[in-house]
Amino acid sequence: MIIRLKTPLLKKDLVKLKVKDEIYLSGKIYTMRDRSSQLLVELIKKKKKLPIKLNEQVIYYCGPNFKGKTLGACGPTTSRRMDIYLERLLKEGISATIGKGERNLFVRDLCRKYRSVYFLTYGGCGAYLRERVKKYRLIAFPHLGSEAIYEFEVEDFPLIVGIDTEGNSIRG
Amino acid sequence: MNLEKIIKEIAIKANIELRKDVKILLKEALRKEKNEKVKKIFKIIMENTKIASQERIALCQDTGLPLVFLEVGRDVNLNYSLIEKINKGVISGYKTAGFRKSTIDKEGKLSYTPKIFHIEFTSAKGLKVTIFPKGFGSEAKSALQVFPPSAKREEIDNFIIETVKNADIDACPPYFIGIGIGGDASFALVLAKKALCEDLSRPNKDKELAKWEKSLVKKINSLGIGIIEKKGPTVLAVRIKRYPTHIAGVPVGVNISCHALRSATVKINF
Repeated sequence: MIIRLKTPLLKKDLVKLKVKDEIYLSGKIYTMRDRSSQLLVELIKKKKKLPIKLNEQVIYYCGPNFKGKTLGACGPTTSRRMDIYLERLLKEGISATIGKGERNLFVRDLCRKYRSVYFLTYGGCGAYLRERVKKYRLIAFPHLGSEAIYEFEVEDFPLIVGIDTEGNSIRG
Repeated sequence: MNLEKIIKEIAIKANIELRKDVKILLKEALRKEKNEKVKKIFKIIMENTKIASQERIALCQDTGLPLVFLEVGRDVNLNYSLIEKINKGVISGYKTAGFRKSTIDKEGKLSYTPKIFHIEFTSAKGLKVTIFPKGFGSEAKSALQVFPPSAKREEIDNFIIETVKNADIDACPPYFIGIGIGGDASFALVLAKKALCEDLSRPNKDKELAKWEKSLVKKINSLGIGIIEKKGPTVLAVRIKRYPTHIAGVPVGVNISCHALRSATVKINF
């Protein structure tokens, strides 16, 4: 059975999810990678105005391709690299992250502490996942190229619960 | 003959058309698979291949560092202008197809390619060019160890197995694994990449290595790493390449590729 969810994701819905659950997510999600995460966290630390409202939002670790204005492959990147920025973003209220691969063990604790979920999606399937992105919009840091923050409007974006709000991991 | 244009075409092809041998191995793995969840992943991978090829978009957003392997024949005049033409072809391909600028310099400037060429000379005629877009999710899991000449095969196996264990599912399994044994330390790693550019659906011509590869596939797949959950094969093929080395050591390089193992080759006659 596939669970259908819409963003923004609320804690009361997230706590019902268990590892291995399959989800179809619809609504807005925000791309981020190494350098955009770093810049965003710097803005938070300096108490500057943020380019997006993070509360109850979902971060997608992804650096997409664009052919002109058309979105190209946009699959997940290795989440582990962004672990060091996670707690700061959770404090700002983000509800979930999407990426590929296992994360550092402390992320399980963070998911429990902040009632957050880490979703996996299909790595190396960027063309397939593009079909589920209906619209996109540049949000911040255009000088970073593919590492800029984009808003993706997704429909039935396929996810698997990798770490649930109890801190259980799909990797055991 | 327009060299730049030929290279442009194969740089695009390498990123949007999955290699024939890789497709064969994926299909075979799907046919053998019994677990429904794992079957679903294989089907999505194949669907991804179809969409990329139909829509002419990259299989994966990480179009990698576009590495260039050259086999330079005896009638080829290899010089700076030839290298420039090839590099321009790669850039033009990446630009036209809308591939990502994944290369960054110390000033933070983004570009399409760091211009990495691996060159060897052959006594044959013509120029063979292989474009190998290497994604960094898998490149990040590379490993090198120089063993003493007394090292047993089991020790080398353990090193390779530890490398895959360390990669876990971060590098987009099921994997293809290239192993280079011999040369100097850096050469062993290049050899491992060259191994990944071979036709992996055919057994290694060296029968002893073919046997070793098979046993490694078996050992790695019995670790139970899986693909997303701890189910399904972690590796679809291992390819070992050997080269003479120093009497005092055995360098072993391991290079992992994700399931979207991409490369394209063209032979050009002058």
